[in-house]
Amino acid sequence: MKSSVIIFPGSNCDRDMDVALKKFGFQNKMVWHNDDKLPNSDLIVLPGGFSYGDYLRCGSIAGKSKIIKSVIEFAKSGGLVLGICNGFQILTETGLLPGVLQQNKNIDFICKNVFIKINNKDNKYFKNIEKDILELHIAHNEGNYFCSNDELKNLEDNNQIAASYCNEKGDCNEKINPNGAIKNIAGIFNKEKNILGMMPHPERMIDKYLSGEDGTIFFKNLISNLKS
Amino acid sequence: MKIKVIVTLKNGVLDPQGKAIQQTLNGMGFANVENVRQGKFFDININEKDETKAKSKVEEMCKKLLANLVIEDFKIL
Repeated sequence: MKSSVIIFPGSNCDRDMDVALKKFGFQNKMVWHNDDKLPNSDLIVLPGGFSYGDYLRCGSIAGKSKIIKSVIEFAKSGGLVLGICNGFQILTETGLLPGVLQQNKNIDFICKNVFIKINNKDNKYFKNIEKDILELHIAHNEGNYFCSNDELKNLEDNNQIAASYCNEKGDCNEKINPNGAIKNIAGIFNKEKNILGMMPHPERMIDKYLSGEDGTIFFKNLISNLKS
Repeated sequence: MKIKVIVTLKNGVLDPQGKAIQQTLNGMGFANVENVRQGKFFDININEKDETKAKSKVEEMCKKLLANLVIEDFKIL
């Protein structure tokens, strides 16, 4: 399986993602934001970081970069596009995913492990995943997902809420909401479920000695779904 | 020609920075400050002599880049 990670000026999770993808069997290529063509890929990843220094709004400048036209084309033709953290912010700024990621409600930069509940397994990302609740890492200043009530209804009606912040038992409530995100949303799909944006970083949880292994579960499952 | 644009959060959209500024002002003794909303200001120099045309271009810029219409409004001055 072939993957590509896009690097923007200010990306800082691109190499972690490269390590993770390769560890679980992807042949990964790094693609510079100023390129206009994507290599032949089964998966495109927009990594975490602070693309263009978070100028204007997080992800807004990256959302108009040269390579993004090809990413949008790839996504619209059904290709798998995964945006993590700043990648999620970029996906909302391109309009590929609805809503916006606002500043965290408590104005803190949040850097900690959280639990997320997988809400929809009928897609390439989470089909057959062995755990419903994953412990992953978040590190962001703007992770407070917001959208209009109409859009929220669409997300719920089409099962587009991919993952929600919860406690270790899987209970989602306002008390364990780290950033103020509407309905504890940690990640969403597009309608067709080929595009996934989420704030938590699975690429940081792929080593049992350094962090945890729930990212391992995510990547192993993803490549197995892509192969089948 | 210079066009000025103000981008602000829509009413009802949470503005944690505005809230922090308001609380700080209250703490500094400006007790009667009830609400602060923070926004952005753009000063755009555009090579166009016709004001209507320039403003219409800037409006397009606002919709496509300068403002995120999910949470922000813009005003061309």
